Amino acid sequence: MVGTRGIGVARSYCTMLTSRSESSSALPVKLSLVSASLFMGLFFFLPLVLVFGVSLASRGMYGGISWIATLENYQRVFDPLVGVIFFRSLLLAGMTTVICAVVGFPLAYCLARASRQWQLILLTLVMIPFWTNFLVRTYAWVLIFRADGILNSLLIRLGLLDEPLSLLFTDVSVFVGLVYGYLPFMVLPLVAAIERISPLLEDAAFDLYASMGAMFRHVLLPLSKPGFLAGGVLVFIPSLGAFITPYLLGGGQNMMLGTFIQQEFLVARDWPFGSALSFGLMGTVLLLWFLLGRTSLGKDPS
Amino acid sequence: MHESVGLDKVIKTHGSVRAVDHVSLSIQNGEFFSILGPSGSGKTTILRLIAGLDRPDQGDILIQQRVVNSDPPHERPVNMVFQHYALFPHLSVYENVAFGLKMKGEHQANIQKSVRHMLALVRLEGKETRLPGQLSGGEQQRVALARALINRPVVLLLDEPLAALDQQLRQEMQGELKRLQREVKATFICVTHQQDEAMMLSDRIAVMDRGKLLQVGTPQEIYDHPASSTVARFIGLSNVLSGTIARCEGTLCRVEHDVLPPVMATCSPRDSPQGGVTVMVRPERVHVSPDMSANGYDNRLQAIVHQVLFTGNEVVYHVRLRDEAIWMARVPIAEAQASPLVVGQPVYVQWWAHEGLVLPAHTAPC
Repeated sequence: MVGTRGIGVARSYCTMLTSRSESSSALPVKLSLVSASLFMGLFFFLPLVLVFGVSLASRGMYGGISWIATLENYQRVFDPLVGVIFFRSLLLAGMTTVICAVVGFPLAYCLARASRQWQLILLTLVMIPFWTNFLVRTYAWVLIFRADGILNSLLIRLGLLDEPLSLLFTDVSVFVGLVYGYLPFMVLPLVAAIERISPLLEDAAFDLYASMGAMFRHVLLPLSKPGFLAGGVLVFIPSLGAFITPYLLGGGQNMMLGTFIQQEFLVARDWPFGSALSFGLMGTVLLLWFLLGRTSLGKDPS
Repeated sequence: MHESVGLDKVIKTHGSVRAVDHVSLSIQNGEFFSILGPSGSGKTTILRLIAGLDRPDQGDILIQQRVVNSDPPHERPVNMVFQHYALFPHLSVYENVAFGLKMKGEHQANIQKSVRHMLALVRLEGKETRLPGQLSGGEQQRVALARALINRPVVLLLDEPLAALDQQLRQEMQGELKRLQREVKATFICVTHQQDEAMMLSDRIAVMDRGKLLQVGTPQEIYDHPASSTVARFIGLSNVLSGTIARCEGTLCRVEHDVLPPVMATCSPRDSPQGGVTVMVRPERVHVSPDMSANGYDNRLQAIVHQVLFTGNEVVYHVRLRDEAIWMARVPIAEAQASPLVVGQPVYVQWWAHEGLVLPAHTAPC
């Protein structure tokens, strides 16, 4: 289903992560393959089959599942109202990915080119948020964005605002929350990619009359492509299915797919429709992945 | 002859290390100039200063008699062949070579013509579409040269240009470099840690160590009259003997040693050495024979043959002096075969006074 070029994307990311340790003997490889397959089969493939089964069933009288096969759930996925949520999710996830790339690159560049000592400090700073629960961190943004929150009081005290802005429960707050949450996933693969670019290549470009911008366009950017691809995938897919961030920062109105699916399962108690939505989300991701593989962007640069 | 590149009391510090320490140099137009030194001696920093990739902390960099201290790299008529070539791995041979002209905004047709001409000059026709990773080391080297030379630099800077090549390719490329220099008539400044490479290629050589310029001269001058024992050790093999000056008459000195008998050697007319000195004798100037030679050499030391090494066209004897120092003597094969020596045999090591050079000892430890 996924084109060979799409696989190329995955491969370039994998080699990026493992290129320095390729020598292992055959037996440990087989062992780890078996254990990995078992693990994936048990915790990934089996649940997936279960969810697929549920997506073909009907909703029971009191929110249970009645095992009557139907395709109705999938028909409902193509409902225009659902389409709006799909579209908003794609847009927010896409914008999040782009902004993460734009903000992440300078940060990743500094990290990759810093001295060993500084690199350790900066990487730790990037990682520190992960030591706190994601829910707590997202809730911190609620405190910042609230009508009487930190941001509004600051702006009013500075005299820039007369009345508090309603920032919370907007697409903006969801967007900021997503960028905040997933930025490290863009930065880390980018650091790995930039570290592999010899600084001498930058010098060579300058020596050959390139301006800063031209050097970036013709040397850094194309050579960082594996990092952008890996980071893009790592940011786009989770933010497309994000649930906590849109739930806390988006409120009930500005729903994203993740929140929608969660509501179907836990509030509307319509497990079959929630399952169908989950598969719709997965299908969308796979379709995009396939399309990415068909563009020049997905080609392995080496 | 006009000065192509000049350095005037240049200082450059990296962290706490003085990479370049009060270096002054004057390199002439059309010269093949080599900077020779061990790694970390500051030679690459000098190239980067000339290219504009680094700025001097103090002193001036001149290109064609103009101070260029604060000019960015793209405003200098200088191009560089980087160590390990630094070819753009994602661009084809053609795009790599065309890079400089493209950045300068040259017309597409001109670029095409120039690239074709350059690739012919470095003998890489037909490889335009290859990526650097698909080329051999020698071919990558040629692409790097073409990529720099296509911009018609007044000065070409080469950072260890042959270090990544195997022995045979290296010799081939040495001839190639000389040919290219004749054809493009640019000044070549080459950094290397290979003394034989510097000797063969260069019109003049600058020897550096720990950021300091030790000596500048033609290969012959530096080989025959090294300014210090550090230079002597870096340029070719040499035998050394430490001692103290007993007395000097003109340039002829008598040097005394704790264990060995005194030896006669010459000092440079520039300095009048005193106290502790090093006497240096090149291995090809040393004569080894089982008996005292009738020639009446000025110096004669007793030794034991320690090792006999055949190199094909000559024999290298390692002999142990009475103070346990090992000296080398290079003897042409015919001469060595006429009177072969064996390990453990007592011999006399002999040489003329004018073949031993007195060098100040304070630079000796290296």
